[in-house]
Amino acid sequence: MENHKAAAAAVAYRLLNQTKHKSNKILHQRRLIPNSTQLNPSSSTSGFTQASVPLNQFVASYRWDLRKSSLIHTHHRKFGSVASTIVERNPNFSTINHDDLIYFDKILGAKKVIQDPEELQTANTDWMHKYKGSSKLMLQPENTTELSQILDYCNSRRLAVVPQGGNTGLVGGSVPVFDEIIINTRRMNSVISFDQVSGVLVCEAGCILENLISFLDKKGFIMPLDLGAKGSCQIGGNISTNAGGLRLVRYGSLHGTVLGLEVVLANGSVIDMLGTLRKDNTGYDLKHLFIGSEGSLGIITKVSILTPPKLSSVNIAFLACEDYISCQKLLFQAKRRLGEILSAFEFLDSQAMNLVLHHLDGVRNPLPSSIYNFYVLIETTGSNESNDKATLEAFLLHAMENGLVSDGALAQDFSQASSFWHIREGIPEALQKAGAVYKYDLSLPVEKMYDLVEEMRTRLGAAANVVGYGHLGDGNLHLNVSARQYDDAILAQIEPFVYEWTSQHRGSISAEHGLGLMKAEKIYYSKSSETVQLMASVKKLLDPNGILNPYKVIPSSLVS
Amino acid sequence: MKIMVAIKRVVDYAVKIRIKSDKTGVETTNVKMSMNPFCEIALEEALRMKESGVASEVIAVSMGPTQCVDTLRTGLAMGADRAIHVDAPSTLYPLTVAKLLKALVQVEKPGLLILGKQAIDDDCNQTGQMVAGLLNWPQGTFASKVVVDKEKKAATVDREVDGGLETLCLDLPAVITTDLRLNQPRYATLPNIMKAKSKPIKKMSLAELNVDLRSDLEVVQVTAPPVRKAGVILSSVDELVDKLKNEAHVI
Repeated sequence: MENHKAAAAAVAYRLLNQTKHKSNKILHQRRLIPNSTQLNPSSSTSGFTQASVPLNQFVASYRWDLRKSSLIHTHHRKFGSVASTIVERNPNFSTINHDDLIYFDKILGAKKVIQDPEELQTANTDWMHKYKGSSKLMLQPENTTELSQILDYCNSRRLAVVPQGGNTGLVGGSVPVFDEIIINTRRMNSVISFDQVSGVLVCEAGCILENLISFLDKKGFIMPLDLGAKGSCQIGGNISTNAGGLRLVRYGSLHGTVLGLEVVLANGSVIDMLGTLRKDNTGYDLKHLFIGSEGSLGIITKVSILTPPKLSSVNIAFLACEDYISCQKLLFQAKRRLGEILSAFEFLDSQAMNLVLHHLDGVRNPLPSSIYNFYVLIETTGSNESNDKATLEAFLLHAMENGLVSDGALAQDFSQASSFWHIREGIPEALQKAGAVYKYDLSLPVEKMYDLVEEMRTRLGAAANVVGYGHLGDGNLHLNVSARQYDDAILAQIEPFVYEWTSQHRGSISAEHGLGLMKAEKIYYSKSSETVQLMASVKKLLDPNGILNPYKVIPSSLVS
Repeated sequence: MKIMVAIKRVVDYAVKIRIKSDKTGVETTNVKMSMNPFCEIALEEALRMKESGVASEVIAVSMGPTQCVDTLRTGLAMGADRAIHVDAPSTLYPLTVAKLLKALVQVEKPGLLILGKQAIDDDCNQTGQMVAGLLNWPQGTFASKVVVDKEKKAATVDREVDGGLETLCLDLPAVITTDLRLNQPRYATLPNIMKAKSKPIKKMSLAELNVDLRSDLEVVQVTAPPVRKAGVILSSVDELVDKLKNEAHVI
């Protein structure tokens, strides 16, 4: 425990006491996370406590450290992302001074200028405890005007910022890398309008997805996206990362459902693209630039989104398949025979199932008679309870007669339905509990998708547990490698193999998680250098000083 | 030995209940309906008895409008052998249901009648007790464990009572009502759903069972509980004391 504390304090102090670490090869380097034992949540929460440090001492050491060290050695190798990438703090960025704080206090009021170390601790760390920044300031603007003033000021002072919503990202995109000012949108959380006829919802970026879901539920509508993190994630973050989620197979991506955005650019100018029209062909549709650009081009402040009506009849089946080819055939059949009512088609392999059964409380196998190689979860959503159920039953019985499905269960009520979903949605949590996990979110042609999992299994042998699950309906594989602890030998077996394999099969190395810090340098596996160059030009045009979410999305060498 | 299980179709446990605008009852149109969770537990217990060889047949019965057949079909998919649907209006009170069950028992002559301890829609918790009274059978209510001795024709029932467990021994035939912790009901699997399609559901009328619908109860009004007021966050103890004194008038 003593060691953990020392290590954690070192992080908080910007690792003044480097000598305590064995590997101290590069002087002035900082490890974002000092050692993997801290990934244990119990030790990390207690370990990071800084309450005993007087604030002035804390700030003093922080300033000292900024002068001394300009390099950060991101030890991502511990966390299955990038093998020892050196990211350098951009020397063009200023550091916060007293006048800055006075200015922010003046425009926002003290309540929205957060310097409390504990609050910053949380905001600096991503939810997996993989990435940790060292920002000393979080601003929580309440409206577009305040946000615009902040950015205008930061841009003129060349202060880097990181936009942050619910901080539920998986690629280190929502936490600072160094000392970027965190701009959290949580106070911008009101619904502006809702049109019962068109189903267009206009709201502020900081609305939590689940709150929007329950707001719409009362009106008889649903959000076009749903994902495991709905209780914390914010709609602004969902859109800026172009989150996919569980219903994409039915309602399409956010590029289709987002009708308009209001965005603040790096220089503080407010771009009003907050249309509510489904059709609008007047010039370039620039809102798409901000969907999925992970806060690197502007900060989304308001959102207009098309919401589908809530349909009363939802049916869920949990099915077992003997092999991957059956899962594919089942998808092929489902798209035809369930057509308009199919709303989710998810799959998991037996390894994922076992993890969930072992690590989550209260989960039971819906098909306990034996363990099957693959499980498929099918959801239908429609307007006619008895018809839909009959259609689904007929489809399933047909699939069973044809041997595509070995066994299956059909939820008879909502609690059974949610227990089926819990298995699929609980996989990330089960992986987290199982130990170290290397996560990859890949788009691949459906027929090739599982080959990668099998090849990975062969490569790693007994060293790790390779788990495959994901949105089969969208060709999106979540490849996860679970090991007892983070190990360079394992990572060397995975990377760059997984990226090269994906690239060879013309897949995407990021289907729905984004690039963030984890994969910024890997973008070339999925995009040509000309494309990336054009992205960099767009970035330079909209954010010439590069203050918005630096070091992320595109290689920093192109923009700094 | 035959086991009869009473099954009620109710608004799904996870649905947020809304009151009809004319305050005559709960809104059920376009609302997901499912098997009452306690009835699921009752059926599961009967199926386990059959699987362990204690019982030879499980009969699921339900009374109400035509849609009750869907719920019975779920029961058949879980594993009941056959079902009886008594065609009746949707609002039935416990005494009427108890009379109907008594009539059904006289037709089928089961060795055990299992019910959920209560339905989650009206929370009456009366039917099991009433039917036991009408049949003059022993009753074990709120069962958390049931052991049937085939030879002795008796059932041992653990009941969760205040401060502990009460163990009763009942001579069969008997009535048992099930509590939440008795078991965890199974899912309806595809092979069983398929089999259930060919299982018989017999339809009976109130007249056949010789039960009239006369009720001594009349529902005057159904209203939602008052909405809880939002709390306020106070900035100081003084303010709290002030509010308690001058607004809440409690100190």
